Amino acid sequence: MEVLLSWLNELAPVGVDVAALADTMNDLGLAVDGIETVGAPIDGVVVAKVLGLRPHPDADRMQLVDVDTGDGQSLQICCGAFNMAVGDLVPLATVGTVMPDGRAINRAKKRGEWSNGMLCSPAELGLSSDAEGIAVLPSGLDVGAPVFGALGVSPDVVFDLDLTRNRPDAYAHLGIARDLAARLHVPFAPSLGTTVDVDGKSEGITVTLDKRSACGRFTAHLVTGVFVTESPRWLAERLSRAGMRPINNIVDVSNYVMLEMGRPNHTYDMTKLEGGGFRVRSAHSAETVETLDGVTRVLTTDDVAICDGNDVVIGIGGIMGGASTEIDANTSAVALEMAWFEPSAIASSGARLGLRSEASMRFERGCDTDDMAVGARRFIELLRLTCPDARLHEMVDAVGSLPPRPAIAVRTSRVNALLGTELDSATIKDLLDPIGFATKIGTDGVLQVQLPTWRYDATAEVDVIEEVARHHGYGRIAKTVPKSTVFGGLTPLQRDRRLVRQVLVGLGITEAMPNAFLAPGDLERSGLPGTAITITNPLDADESVLRTSLLPGLLKAIAYNASHRRLGARFFEIGHIYGVPDEPATLPDEREIIAIALAGTPAIGAVAVLDELVAVLAIDGLRLTPTARPGLHPSRTAVVTVNSAEVGVVGEVDPDVAAAYSITERVAWLALDLPALLAHPHGPRAYRKISRFPSSDIDLAFVVDDSVAAFDIESTMREAAGDLLVDLQLFDVFRGPSVPQGSRSLAYALRLQSNERTLTDGEVAAVRKQIVDAVTRRHGARLRG
Amino acid sequence: MLDEIAAARRDALARARGVATVADARAIEPELTGRRSLLGQLKQRLGGLGPTERKDAGQALNAAVAEVEATLSTRVGELAAVERRHRLENERLDLTERLTRPSRGHLHLVTQTHERLEDVFIGLGFTVSEGPEVETDWYNFTALNMPPSHPARSMWDTLFVDWGEPGTVVLRTHTSPVQIRVMETTTPPIYTVVPGRVFRRDTADATHMPVFHQIEGLVVDRGITFGDLAGTIEAFTKAYFGSEFTSRLRPSYFPFTEPSAEFDIQRPDGSWLELGGCGMVHPNVLANCGVDPEEWSGFAFGFGTDRMPQSRHGLDDLREMYTNDLRFLEQF
Repeated sequence: MEVLLSWLNELAPVGVDVAALADTMNDLGLAVDGIETVGAPIDGVVVAKVLGLRPHPDADRMQLVDVDTGDGQSLQICCGAFNMAVGDLVPLATVGTVMPDGRAINRAKKRGEWSNGMLCSPAELGLSSDAEGIAVLPSGLDVGAPVFGALGVSPDVVFDLDLTRNRPDAYAHLGIARDLAARLHVPFAPSLGTTVDVDGKSEGITVTLDKRSACGRFTAHLVTGVFVTESPRWLAERLSRAGMRPINNIVDVSNYVMLEMGRPNHTYDMTKLEGGGFRVRSAHSAETVETLDGVTRVLTTDDVAICDGNDVVIGIGGIMGGASTEIDANTSAVALEMAWFEPSAIASSGARLGLRSEASMRFERGCDTDDMAVGARRFIELLRLTCPDARLHEMVDAVGSLPPRPAIAVRTSRVNALLGTELDSATIKDLLDPIGFATKIGTDGVLQVQLPTWRYDATAEVDVIEEVARHHGYGRIAKTVPKSTVFGGLTPLQRDRRLVRQVLVGLGITEAMPNAFLAPGDLERSGLPGTAITITNPLDADESVLRTSLLPGLLKAIAYNASHRRLGARFFEIGHIYGVPDEPATLPDEREIIAIALAGTPAIGAVAVLDELVAVLAIDGLRLTPTARPGLHPSRTAVVTVNSAEVGVVGEVDPDVAAAYSITERVAWLALDLPALLAHPHGPRAYRKISRFPSSDIDLAFVVDDSVAAFDIESTMREAAGDLLVDLQLFDVFRGPSVPQGSRSLAYALRLQSNERTLTDGEVAAVRKQIVDAVTRRHGARLRG
Repeated sequence: MLDEIAAARRDALARARGVATVADARAIEPELTGRRSLLGQLKQRLGGLGPTERKDAGQALNAAVAEVEATLSTRVGELAAVERRHRLENERLDLTERLTRPSRGHLHLVTQTHERLEDVFIGLGFTVSEGPEVETDWYNFTALNMPPSHPARSMWDTLFVDWGEPGTVVLRTHTSPVQIRVMETTTPPIYTVVPGRVFRRDTADATHMPVFHQIEGLVVDRGITFGDLAGTIEAFTKAYFGSEFTSRLRPSYFPFTEPSAEFDIQRPDGSWLELGGCGMVHPNVLANCGVDPEEWSGFAFGFGTDRMPQSRHGLDDLREMYTNDLRFLEQF
């Protein structure tokens, strides 16, 4: 919403301190996005007359313009625009002029030709946003006169406001002025339309209101004594500065009343209004109407059809008028519509039709339900500036269902309890009355507050409390810090998650954040067929599938870095996947997964990371079982279980999948369902007493069939050794000539130690024998000599 | 005899002084003071002398042996020091010849930011809450005082998910649904923050991502006021940005809070940073969660976190945070 300083001051004496006003508006919730000074005269820009136009001898995109600046002499200007003709008056920035952007105009040679100044576009002068071509001025201006004075341009300031949905009143100069006047404690008593009297019946206009829910009120006035001409310069100038294009006196007044009062309205040429009036009804399905913009619109039963007396659609209520009753050069009488439409009806109608207008935008937020009489008089008041004989006839008024505007109870105690203030009833009244929330102080600190007709948004006590806070000033409410009455901190899961991150970082693994959305085909490319949930309205088809695995994203990250010659990327991610649930459910099966992808590392690297995580989290009962999983290497993958419950998978990415991402390295892979993993009892580890007695080391090497997992050999050794075993390390794996085909030698270092005594050679030998016997018996292993 | 002792002493001292290595010194020690050394042989002859002579010669001999031993020991000390110096000098390393780089991994900037933010609020007595990223219409909109067709829903460009009835499941547009989940499952008092990933149907550019992050705060307790909201924002501002930063609230509009506000942070140079939105939890929202608005009141606030590392590290394009380019990630 563009708001003019001069216009505000016409409605209330809010002053001209632009910075202070901007601060006040910001403080009232009328966020100022921009402040622009317009129409400020530029010294040195004069009216010049085009005497001749000649091609530039050395440039196609410039011409030579000879102008007279009032002294009868011919002055040569090089100009890049071609939209003027001999005899036109144009603005010339003479040598020495400093333009608003700081450019100084000098006498200069352009491609070998002298240019004695610069011809200006409207944009360069700040007159409008039009930067196409030179401003051609009205004829009759004095040649040589300063342009701004000759045009009668007055300077003004335009505030660009970013308004919120709860301020329907603020889409009007009147509403802004009311808010400012209240805060600044200056009078707010606009006398709009008071010079106009109503003049007899609106003959020939009846109103039938059928769609009473969507159209809460429909009023029409007959206006006679009208003819079409141009608007006064100042009025047209205000409209264009506020962002609307001037058209003719009638349309301009219509728009002016909307920008001033927030009161949308529409004019119908009386001679084209058939059937003696209006009928407001639901549109019939597939009914059509040609709107003012020349487009034929197809309506649905949700749209409000404004029909003439013959039930022919002549406009879409609250959205746009029809072409058939448009004002034209022969118009002498108009029917002036001022109505109230239900906001959500207009919003959905506008959205479906793809039509948004200044009027519909205001109806969507909720217009004043009771400003039609004043609006009509103001309309005539302004119209009489061009049509002195214009006459306003009595309102024809049809009322449907309007939002109730009751007086509501507001408790002073509630105001203070919610705001943390100590305002008394009288102070609250003083804050509310000036913005039209007429307040009566009742008994027991309960105020009766009349909700204004222009605040559709306000319906409840809390809405009024917000108004009190706004006008009291948010900044005046003392800042207090509540003392938390709960114990703050992270949950165990959140603490463990941080620990996991720190450990991974320590292991040289970097956290990635790939997109949660995949392209169709990404899952297949990762060897992960199956159903995935899609986005209904993706912005980009390449981001239309919800990931069911972190694999595609991490492979993309590895491939991206490899393509920038960074091989060996080591990434982890903690992120959500969204699967199709096994059982019918309201929401997808969303899980938090931790995944680790190590490029240039075989599967065992991922197992090492897993071991480290399990160790730091103090999780017992881990087991790896060889398995085949989609996307992963069929003979280098194991399912990870804790106490027999699956928590994830570890191994290596299928080389074909890696190749599909143009990855040439092996990629070790670990994926764990983090909450499932951490749901197992874990930590804190119980202290194990440090023995004061010497330890004894023994080495054992077994030849074991390849089908037997080292994990199982180790489990057997631990079991057989009992409490005396304090450390067990695999230190060599050997396959070769001295070992039978299909088996390998596993060499272990064991340390035995007692907390009670020094072990004798006999005790060590006994334990050694127990271990060897158990391993050879249970796993068909052979002790290596 | 005394002359012989003097000569043997001179000779032994000269040899002791002349040894070139510690090993040589150890080797010649018996030749200087041992039984077969000159001094040692003289010692054996003491027994054949008269008492007076023997006493004098014995003293001279003991003094000579002690002197030679001391001299040799001194010499060994000198030589050991020199040898140690040479040995260690030969081990000299250029410590700037680094063949391997440190291989620490790096936390993503989003994680670093969220951990810092969480820690600030934990210090203020808050817990940290989480919730799903795919949400129902109820949690994302309706319970937050935006029933179906509420015009304010258009404030967010929502991504819908093909699940359930069309238009009923969304990718959460904000972290606010977790407010509802927390209030539904927790009896007040509630002091919690919700960091998380959110989604909008928005084209990626330098300052917008379709997938980005927010942190949300919710306090519900007896007697919570708008002043408490302003004070909490101020406390957070000082704790996170520094004591020379301040905050202000400006009236604004959100369907789920009233009064609502935008909050801005003022930098020490006087400039303002628009950070986020906040307000008193709307009574309808409390009621939707079964919390009696007459008994309990509360406030909520929220802001995007992706831009916080931008200002901290001087990044100028949000998209870089999500390229997963190690050349970027390893900088932080």
